[in-house]
Amino acid sequence: MAKVTPTGVLGVFAHLDTASDAIRRLRRDGHRLTVYSPTPRHELEEALQAPESAVRIFTLMGAFTGSAAGAALAVWASLDWPLIVGGKEIVSLPAFSIIIFEVTILLGALSTVAGLFLTGRLPRIGPAEALYHPSFSAGRFGVFAHVGTDRFEAVSEIMTESGSEEVLVDQS
Amino acid sequence: MASEIRSVFHPEVKNYEQVNRDAMRILSKPGRGYLALLGLSIALVGVAAIGFFYEVYYGIGYAGITNPSGWGTFITTFVFWVGIGHAGTLISAILFLFRAPWRQSIYRLAEAMTVFAVLTAALFPIIHIGRPWFFYWLLPLPSQRGLWPNFRSPLLWDVFAVTTYLTVSSVFFYIGLIPDIAAARDATKVPWRKKVYSVLALGWRGTDREWKNFTRAYLFLAALATPLVLSVHSVVSWDFAVSIVPGWHTTIFAPYFVAGAILSGVAMVVTIAVPIRKVFRLEAYLTDLHFDRMAKLLLLTSVIVGFAYAMEYFMAWYSGELFERDVFWDRVFGQYWWAGWSMISFNALIPQLLWIPKVRQNLNAFFIISIFVNIGMWYERFVIIVPSLAHSYEPWKFLNYHMSFTEAGILLGSFGWFFMWMLLFLRFLPSLSIAEIKEILPPPLKRHSEHTLAESERERVVEELPTGYKEFERR
Repeated sequence: MAKVTPTGVLGVFAHLDTASDAIRRLRRDGHRLTVYSPTPRHELEEALQAPESAVRIFTLMGAFTGSAAGAALAVWASLDWPLIVGGKEIVSLPAFSIIIFEVTILLGALSTVAGLFLTGRLPRIGPAEALYHPSFSAGRFGVFAHVGTDRFEAVSEIMTESGSEEVLVDQS
Repeated sequence: MASEIRSVFHPEVKNYEQVNRDAMRILSKPGRGYLALLGLSIALVGVAAIGFFYEVYYGIGYAGITNPSGWGTFITTFVFWVGIGHAGTLISAILFLFRAPWRQSIYRLAEAMTVFAVLTAALFPIIHIGRPWFFYWLLPLPSQRGLWPNFRSPLLWDVFAVTTYLTVSSVFFYIGLIPDIAAARDATKVPWRKKVYSVLALGWRGTDREWKNFTRAYLFLAALATPLVLSVHSVVSWDFAVSIVPGWHTTIFAPYFVAGAILSGVAMVVTIAVPIRKVFRLEAYLTDLHFDRMAKLLLLTSVIVGFAYAMEYFMAWYSGELFERDVFWDRVFGQYWWAGWSMISFNALIPQLLWIPKVRQNLNAFFIISIFVNIGMWYERFVIIVPSLAHSYEPWKFLNYHMSFTEAGILLGSFGWFFMWMLLFLRFLPSLSIAEIKEILPPPLKRHSEHTLAESERERVVEELPTGYKEFERR
C-alpha cells in the first residue's frame, strides 16, 4: 500500500462534456485520475485513453482450460470404467464434444468473472482509494485527481474552470 | 436545452436521475395485493411439497408414470421451464451482441425470469428420479466402486448443459446487477437494505477502471451465453431425438426446440411484464415500442414452430414409415387429440393474430395471446413426450398415461415456486437496469451550440438504427 491516506481533489460534474474537458486538462498536467460515471461512456474512455482491458485474456485462458478439462474428464472417466454401451466406442468424441463444449463455456464464464474481479479490483475491501459521492450512481460524473496538498489550489481551479459544480478536497 | 433531446426509445425519461428514482420506486413498501400474491405462491409451493413428500415417502408409484410412459408430467414440466428460461438469455445476451437498443429496459426482468425458470426446471429431474437422495449419481464424482457416468448418454449431456446454464445465467444476472445494486445502495434510506446492498454491490463505485473491465467482461459473458443458450435446448431435444422412439427420432428437434423455447420464453416475459408495467406504472420504460418488438419476436418464433409442426407431419408422411405415420396420426386423432390440437392452435395459429398491428399494439390482446402460448407450449412438450411413448411400436404395449394428483400438485407448485422468486426479486433487487437504460439516454451536455444540436439530430437518427453506438459516428 503505497498511499495510506489518499489525498486529492474531487470535482463533481453535472455534464459529460465538462467532465471530459477536466479529464483532458488534468491529464495534460500529468495527474493520476479516478473517474466516476453512472454509466459507461466512450467519451470518458476516450479522454482517459486507458489501455485495453485484460479481461479477455482470462476469458480465453478459461475457455481453453475448460475445453481441455472437459475432454480429459470424459475420456479419462470412460477409459477408467470401460463399459461398452450400444456398441459405441469407449472414447466417442462426437458424444464428448457436448461435454467439452459445456465445460468450455462454464470455465470461460467463471474465469471471465475472476478476471473482472481481479482487474476491476472487486470486491473492494479496505480504505477507499479516492473520495466518492453517492450522486455518481445517479446522474453525476466525478473526476478525482490524486494530488498532494500543495497542488490543491491549482487543481481545484482547473475543475471549476472546466465547469465543476462542486469541488471537494480530501486532506485526510 | 439539454432536456429537449430525448431517447427515441424512452421519450418520457428526462434524465439520469429519473431512472434511479423510478427504479427505486419499485423497491418501496409492498401493498396488500403483492403480499396476497406472494402468499398464494408460497401456498402453491406447499402443495408441491406435499406431493413431493408422498412421492418420496410412499414411492414413485404416486406419480402417474409407468410403463410404457416412463416420462410424464415431470419431464414435460422440466422441458417447459428450461424453455421459458431461453428468452431471457436471448434478450439479455443475443440482443446485447446485436446492439438492439430496445433490450435495455426489459432485459433485467427477462434475465431474472431465466434464472428462476432454470432454478425451477432443475428441480424436476431430481423429483423425477424418485430417489432424489441419489441425485449425485448423475454427477461425475469419484466413487469407491470406480463407477463413472456414461458420457455417451444424452441424459448426462443434459446434466452438464443444465447445470452450466444455471451457473452461467446466474453469474451473468449477478454481474449485470452489480452497478444497479450500487445505485440502490446509494439511494436507499432503509438501514438493513443499505447493509445488504453494500455487501452485494462488492464496493462498486463506477470508477473508470471498474467500468472498463465490466463492459469487457459483460461482452464476453454475453458471447459465451449465446452459444450456450442454443446448446442447452438442443441438448434437451437430444434427450429425445437420440432415441429411436417414433415421434422423437428426428433431426429437426434441436432447432425446433430452440425456437419453441424462445417462443414460450417471450410469451412468459410478456405475461410478466404487462402486469408489472401496469402496477408499477413503468410506461416510460416498457413502452409500446418494446412490446411491439417483442410481439414481432414472438410472431417470428411462432412461425418457425408452426413450420416445424408442419415438417414433422410432412416427414412422417414422406418417409412412408408406418410407426412414424401412426404416431403422428394418433397425436391429432387419437386419445390425446385435445392436447395435440391445443398445441397446434395455441402456438402456431393464435399468435398469427399478431400480424395485425392493431392486435400487436393492444396490450390486453397481446397479454391474452401470451397466456395461450404459455399453455400451448406446455402442451407441446406433453404431446411430444407422452403420446409418443404411450403409442410406440407394439400395439399390445399401448397404454395411456394419466396425470396423478401428486404430479398435478407438483406442477402447480412449480408455478408457485417460480412466481415466489419473481415477486421477491421485484421488491429486493432493481428490476430496471439502471445503468444500461442510461446508456441509451442522451448524456447531459453543457454545450449546446448549433453545432452540437445538429450533431444531436444526427445522433437521434443514428440511434434509430439498430447499432445503438453513435459514439463512433461522432468522431
